[in-house]
Amino acid sequence: MTRAALLVLADGRFPAGGHAHSGGAEEAVGAGRITGATSLEAFLRGRLHTTGLVTAALAAAAAAGGDPAELDAAADARTPSPALRLTARKLGRQLMRAARAAWPSTELDALAREFPKGAHQPVVLGLTARAAGLGAADAAYCSVYESVSGPATAVVRLLSLDPFEATAVLARLAPELDRVVDRAVVAGSAVATAGVDALPAASAPLLEIGAEVHAAWPVRLFAS
Amino acid sequence: MHLDHTHDRHAAAAVGADARRADGSRRALRIGLGGPVGSGKTATVAALCRTLRDELSLAVVTNDIYTREDAEFLLREAVLPPERITAVETGACPHTAIRDDISANLEAVEDLEDEVGPLDLILVESGGDNLTATFSKGLVDAQIFVIDVAGGDDIPRKGGPGVTTADLLVVNKTDLAPYVGSDLARMAADAKAQRAELPVVFQSLRSEGGVQDVAAWVRAQFAAWTA
Repeated sequence: MTRAALLVLADGRFPAGGHAHSGGAEEAVGAGRITGATSLEAFLRGRLHTTGLVTAALAAAAAAGGDPAELDAAADARTPSPALRLTARKLGRQLMRAARAAWPSTELDALAREFPKGAHQPVVLGLTARAAGLGAADAAYCSVYESVSGPATAVVRLLSLDPFEATAVLARLAPELDRVVDRAVVAGSAVATAGVDALPAASAPLLEIGAEVHAAWPVRLFAS
Repeated sequence: MHLDHTHDRHAAAAVGADARRADGSRRALRIGLGGPVGSGKTATVAALCRTLRDELSLAVVTNDIYTREDAEFLLREAVLPPERITAVETGACPHTAIRDDISANLEAVEDLEDEVGPLDLILVESGGDNLTATFSKGLVDAQIFVIDVAGGDDIPRKGGPGVTTADLLVVNKTDLAPYVGSDLARMAADAKAQRAELPVVFQSLRSEGGVQDVAAWVRAQFAAWTA
């Protein structure tokens, strides 16, 4: 494996569509739940330990060689909001294009054929990590990091938040990211023996509800 | 242009610039329209659709920054059936969606070809942006940069990648020049200095057939694409 491949995949400029999404932050800003760095940190912490953990475990399981279709179904079951399921598939499709250009792989080709409109993004991310010669922990790191870095960047734009403050929030969360990755990798590797029920199903009802509310906004900066 | 590209494996559009679709047929010519907010990109797209829709199979992708207004304007004007117009959401960064991360726009053009194709031409309209916004060659085959006389007659002199490198520069709203004190001759001379042999069109969509010069340029692009 090459550690530099992890940097390529985790780079915020990796062209996989994430820039158009706020991870629920736009709705939370609109509802007054994020107003500055302190409430951003609380929002990100909640996101990290719920959807962040679940997506990281899915990515780790896919990177470890789990069946992509089963993992995709498991992702559906863990995503009650139709708007979020649609977003996850759109982002999965966009990641697929970048991944196949960057790390051509028969596994990615097969997944693209099976899900022409996109599999859940964490599943594609896990297979992308495999194609790049990365491991389950690397896939989980990419997943947890984008689960907090995307919303943080969005809030910088939405609130004109000081970008140094937003980056400091991410840095403060870093040790927690490590711990979530550890849990995600354990759960992801258990899939091989115990099946997808070994995956966490930590739910963030407000993110799910907010995603449905946001999808109905007539005017918005971010797609989700 | 890229007609002799050979496909590796059954790579379903892994690279956006491929001239052939997964089934081997030639994809639609893609032309991007960029330029500052309010310069008349959507009006130019609407006029092109009205002029070309009877001779070419057309579709449009809009990139609104925070609304669906451009798409809704085109729908309201009924320049094309609704299934031929798709809006892409760009997350506060219109230039990212047309240049740095083109994945959402590529999916939009490919879905249009799948759903309403075969298509001859897809117009991809950027959200209003700054003078540096240009389209990736992975997304479009040619690009038009639209500025207007009311935005200041010094824009051609200022240059920037949009003005300098676009395949066609359109200076719109020439009818307003006397009211805003813009010197069209100066704009033409500055554009010539910035662009050398690249073409420039001065247009006013207020007058009958105002879009004809741009439409003729598009026809020539299409002829070259299908040659």
